[in-house]
Amino acid sequence: MLKLENVQAGYGSIIALKGVSLNIEQGEIITLIGANGAGKSTTLMTISGVVKSRSGKILFNGSEIQDKGSDEIVRMGICQVPEGRHIFPQLSVQENLDMGAFLRKDKGGVKKDLEYVFDLFPILAQRRHQDGGTLSGGEQQMLAMSRALMARPQLLLLDEPSMGLAPLVIKQIFEIIKEINESSNTTIFLVEQNANQALQVAHRAYVIENGEITLSGDARELLTNEKVQKAYLGI
Amino acid sequence: MDYFIELFCSGITRGAIYALIALGYTMVYGIIGLINFAHGEIYMIGAFTSFIVATVLSIYGFPLLAIIVVAGVAAAVWSSAYGFTIEKIAYKPLRHAPRLSPLISAIGMSIFLQNYVLLAQTSDFLPFPELIPDFAFMEPIAHIVGSSDLVILITTTVVMIILTFVIKFTRIGKAMRATAQDRTMAMLVGINVNNVISATFIIGSALAAIGGMLIASHIGQINFYIGFIAGIKAFTAAVLGGIGSIPGAVLGSLVLGLTESFATGYVSSDYEDVFAFALLVLILIFKPSGLLGKDETQKV
Repeated sequence: MLKLENVQAGYGSIIALKGVSLNIEQGEIITLIGANGAGKSTTLMTISGVVKSRSGKILFNGSEIQDKGSDEIVRMGICQVPEGRHIFPQLSVQENLDMGAFLRKDKGGVKKDLEYVFDLFPILAQRRHQDGGTLSGGEQQMLAMSRALMARPQLLLLDEPSMGLAPLVIKQIFEIIKEINESSNTTIFLVEQNANQALQVAHRAYVIENGEITLSGDARELLTNEKVQKAYLGI
Repeated sequence: MDYFIELFCSGITRGAIYALIALGYTMVYGIIGLINFAHGEIYMIGAFTSFIVATVLSIYGFPLLAIIVVAGVAAAVWSSAYGFTIEKIAYKPLRHAPRLSPLISAIGMSIFLQNYVLLAQTSDFLPFPELIPDFAFMEPIAHIVGSSDLVILITTTVVMIILTFVIKFTRIGKAMRATAQDRTMAMLVGINVNNVISATFIIGSALAAIGGMLIASHIGQINFYIGFIAGIKAFTAAVLGGIGSIPGAVLGSLVLGLTESFATGYVSSDYEDVFAFALLVLILIFKPSGLLGKDETQKV
């Protein structure tokens, strides 16, 4: 479904990705784990077209998207929940969700999806008319994920959904990630520092270090991989 | 008492014109964080465009109402084209440059446009045709409020209502609000940020052009330099109200207009600017974000 071939990207003179290649199949949950500054978020921003790649190819369902604008990429079905959630602080919860469906014209479908996300996260229905900026961290994460779902994506990119949240909320978020994947067959690309949680929910995983993929494989296997345990699981 | 009301009305009129220009500053700042110093020149070009169109039409003997409408639309369209083009050639290439670069580019654009109009139109003050006649029903209070004050006030109010509606309810308005609050996220929900920025410049320029035409007709003369002074004042008003805030720009403009009007009336017209900028300094000392400006809060 999504294929990165030797993608390089960076900011100014800094090269953040030194040739990343990876492959995501329809219906999978794939996780990308790595330390701070390894290039995880840059990978997602490059897929979304916010950071432009310098070389290499990004293929989505067979067509090249590396030169497309970020709005076209969303239109094709790739949505991202960025690190830090990026809620529109002065828009209400409802308006934030409406922004997620910005490119959609099918009003009936949007209404159904609104019910779907309120079903996933009932707290958002209660907070509907509150400003996004007034929500707690966990609620903001739920809103950010719901907003992305409102676009009805084929591929959902999640950047550090567990960051700064209480353990109980993290557990809930990961359960929902699984549910989104299973119930609507949405492919998920999950970037995490919380490697333990991520590897438990994912099918396959990639490890990124200094802008390069150093390891990949079945998520269960990586959980027992000695190198991964030492570096990312603290065992 | 009549004198007080007269000063009050002329202050509101001034404020209304400042507001039309200040909105352009504040909207552009809200979206791309740039003080568009060429914005005053857009207003000046609007005044010149309406001047040329109105003069030509009046030679051919068109009715006054038709002249006002055509001249206003022409000024708005032509100024918008300028605003759009300025953004594309002077600011867009610098979008990822340090903040100072587009600011310098804006000042350069302002100087360029002033001198370009200076060359084309000379530095003489040109008499602007009086577009707004004295209404008969205004006769009893004409010594307090002029007819053109009334027209300026009504036009500004209508424009503000339309603008509020556009920003609150239309697709482009929602995209503008989202882009102003978080540009990266706006891109991630599929908003074409380039289009939003262009639209902001177009709307801001059209408002300034309408302001240019109204004030030129009110005062009765224009030259290449009017944009600079009006631009500085409107910028002050935008900062006073809280730059980036649309209601703030309107409030700041009215406060500034009234301050200037009362200073002129009760002290001396020489002190008008002293009071205006003293007010700015005071507000910035006690509320640095401006009257309605929001202190930035962010949750991580």
